[in-house]
Amino acid sequence: MSAKNTISTFFSRYAVVIIFVIITVAAIPPSGLSITYIIQEIITRLGRNSFLVLALLLPIYAGMGLNFGMTLGAMAGQVGLIFAVNYGIAGWEGLVFALLVGLPISVLLGWMCGMVMNRAKGREMVTGYILAFFVNGIYQFFVMYMLGSIIPMGNKSIVLSRGYGIRNTLNLESVRQSLDNIVMLRVAGFSIPLVTFVVIAALCVFVVWFKKTKLGQDMRAVGQDMVVAEAAGIPVEKTRIVAIIISTVLACAGQIIFLQNMGNLATYNAHDQTGFFAVAAILVGGASVTNANIANVFIGVMLLHSMFVVSPLAGQKLFGSAMIGEYFRQFIGYGVIALSLVLYAWRTRKAAANARLSLRAGVNGNGGSGGARSEGEAAANGGRA
Amino acid sequence: MRNLKTFIQDFGWPRIIIFFFLVALFIMAPFVRVRLDASASDVLNRFGQNAIMVLAMVPMIQSGCGLNFGLALGLVSGLLGATLSLQLELHGMLGFLGAIALSAPFSIIFGWFYAKLLNKVKGEEMTIAMYVGFSFIMFMCIMWLILPYNNPTMVWGYAGKGLRTTISVENYWLHILNNFLAIKIGQFFVFPTGLLLFVALFAFLMWLFLRSKTGTAMTAVGSNPDFARASGVDVDKMRTISIIISTFLGAVGIIVYEQSFGFIQLYTAPSPMVFPAVAAILIGGASINKASMVNVLVGTILFQGLLTMTPSVINSLLQTDMSEVIRIIVSNGMILYALTRKIKVTK
Repeated sequence: MSAKNTISTFFSRYAVVIIFVIITVAAIPPSGLSITYIIQEIITRLGRNSFLVLALLLPIYAGMGLNFGMTLGAMAGQVGLIFAVNYGIAGWEGLVFALLVGLPISVLLGWMCGMVMNRAKGREMVTGYILAFFVNGIYQFFVMYMLGSIIPMGNKSIVLSRGYGIRNTLNLESVRQSLDNIVMLRVAGFSIPLVTFVVIAALCVFVVWFKKTKLGQDMRAVGQDMVVAEAAGIPVEKTRIVAIIISTVLACAGQIIFLQNMGNLATYNAHDQTGFFAVAAILVGGASVTNANIANVFIGVMLLHSMFVVSPLAGQKLFGSAMIGEYFRQFIGYGVIALSLVLYAWRTRKAAANARLSLRAGVNGNGGSGGARSEGEAAANGGRA
Repeated sequence: MRNLKTFIQDFGWPRIIIFFFLVALFIMAPFVRVRLDASASDVLNRFGQNAIMVLAMVPMIQSGCGLNFGLALGLVSGLLGATLSLQLELHGMLGFLGAIALSAPFSIIFGWFYAKLLNKVKGEEMTIAMYVGFSFIMFMCIMWLILPYNNPTMVWGYAGKGLRTTISVENYWLHILNNFLAIKIGQFFVFPTGLLLFVALFAFLMWLFLRSKTGTAMTAVGSNPDFARASGVDVDKMRTISIIISTFLGAVGIIVYEQSFGFIQLYTAPSPMVFPAVAAILIGGASINKASMVNVLVGTILFQGLLTMTPSVINSLLQTDMSEVIRIIVSNGMILYALTRKIKVTK
C-alpha cells in the first residue's frame, strides 16, 4: 500500500533487532571494554551457544513455535556427561560417550514432548515451558536419589557424602574444552575453536539439506496449515513429533558442547536458563514464532551475548552497581521474548483483519486495497490463530 | 456406579490421586511422630496465606483470558503498597489496610496496561503473560535498587539506599489478621480466625461479583466471545475489568501472605509464587476456561496440605527431603494436565 505502511511493517518486523542493536552499541563505551576483548568473547560464545540455538529451528518450521521443551534435551545431555565423568572417560571420547548416553534419553523425552504438544495444539509454547519444569522434577529425582543408590556410581568423588545423589557442582575437568582444543586456530590474536565451528557448520548444512527432503517439506506444510496438510495426506501428528525429537536430540548435543566449554556443571540448575537464552537469542536475531533461518541464529547469538558481556560493566559504571546491569540484562532477555511474541500476535491479528477488509472491499467492488497481502508471511500464518 | 464414573471423570484422576495421597499422609503422620494438631494448624495457616492469590486466578479464567501467568504484576503492586506503608510508618491494622489501599492505584494502572496488551494478543495470552511478568519483575529489581526509600528498617544499612531483599514487618503489621480473634486450642493448634474471615470475605465478594450483571457478562465473554459480542457485551471491556480485578487480588494476596509470613520479600521473590497459585486452582478442579469458589477452596487446601505434609511426613519416613521434588512434579504436572486436557463442552 503506502510507503508509511511499509515502514511501519518493517519496524514491527525488526523492532526487536533494532532496539537491541541500539542498546548494545550504547552500552559499549561506558563498559570500558576493548573491542578486541568483546570480539574474542563473541567468538567463544558463538562456539558455545550456536548449536543450542540451532536446535530451535525445526519446530519453528513445523509451526510449533519456540520449543521451550528443548530443556528436556539439555537435561539428557547432562545425564550423559554425569556418566562420562563417572566412568572417567576423558577428552573428546568422553563427549562422544555422553552423547551416546544422552541420545536414547533425548529421543524418548522428545517423543514424549511431541505427544504432549499434540494434545495441546495452539498452546505448544506454554505447554513446552511447563513440561520443561515438570521433567526438571523428574531429573532432580533421578540425579538426586536414583544415582548412587539404585544405579551404582563408581566414582565416589562426584557423589554426595550421604552416599547417593550427585554433588551440586560437577567438575568437568576431564572433558573441559576437549572439543574446542582439538584444533585451536590463532588468527590475529584471536583463538578460534575450529572443530566446534566445523560441527556447527555441519549442523547448518544438515538443516539446509533437511528442509529439502520430503520430511522437511512436509514439516513446512504442517507449519503453514495443519488442516490442509492433513487433507494432503501428510501425517501431521507424526511429523510434529519428529520435529520435536530432532530438536530435543540437537539440544542434548548442544548442551554437551555448551558444558564442555564452560568446564563445570551445576548439576541441578545448569539447564534452568537453557531454553530462555536460546529463545531470546533467536528472537533477537530477528526470528519470529513462525519464521526463522540460520542467519537469525548467528546474528542473535552475537547480539545477545555482546550485550551480556557489556551490560554488567556498563551498569557498574553508569549506576554504580553491577547488580543493576545484571538485572538489566535479564530484564532485556525476558522483555525481548515478550515483545517479539506480542508483535507477532499483533501482526497476525492485523493481517487477518486486513484480509477480511480486502474481502469486503472486493465484494463492494471498490478494489484498490491490494496492500492486504503485503504481509504475506503473517497472512499465510493466520491459520495458526 | 455410573454417577461415580462421571464424577471421577469430571473431577479428574490427578486430583483424586492427590486427595488420597494427602489423606494417606495425614493417616501416616501420627506413626512417624508428626503432631496432627500442629499440622492441621499449619495447613489452615498456609491456606489463608495463599487463598487470595489463588482467588486472583478466577476472574481471568472466567473471562477467557486463561491462567494468569502474569500474576507477578499484581504481586509487585502489592509489594509496592507494602513497602510504601512501611515507608509512611503506618502501624497495626492501619498499616495493613494502608498497604492494600496504597497498592490499589498501582494494581489498577498495571492491570489496565496489562489488559490493553492482552486484548491485542487474544489466543496467545498465557505465554505472553508469563514473559511480561518475568520481565516486569526484573524491571522492578532495578527499581527496588534505585527508588528513594529511606526507612532504615528497609534499606541496606551500609549504603543507606536500595531496599533489602527481605524486610521484616514485625514492628508494623505482623500477624495482624492471624491474631485477630485467633482461637488457641492446646499447645500446638491455633485457629487463625481473622485470616480465614478475611479470605472468606474476599471469596464471598467474588462470588457476589460473578453473579452481578458485570460478572455474568464477563463469564459470557469467557464462554463464547462471539455470542457475547452479538448480545451487546463489550468484550474488551469485560476482559479489562477481569484483568484489573485479578491484578488487584494478586496485590491483596501477597500483602495477606506477608502479614502472616512476617517478611516482605523483594527482587526475584515474586516469580516462584505465580506457578503455585496456578497449580492450586487447577488441582481444585478448575480448567483453563472455568473456575469457581469451590475450586479455589479445594485446590488451595489440597495443594498447601501437600506442601505442608510432605516435608514433615516423608522426611521422617525416608530420612531425606524429597518435598521439593514432589512439589515440582505435582504443581507442574497439574498445570500440564490442564493444558493438555481436551476442553469439554459444558453439560
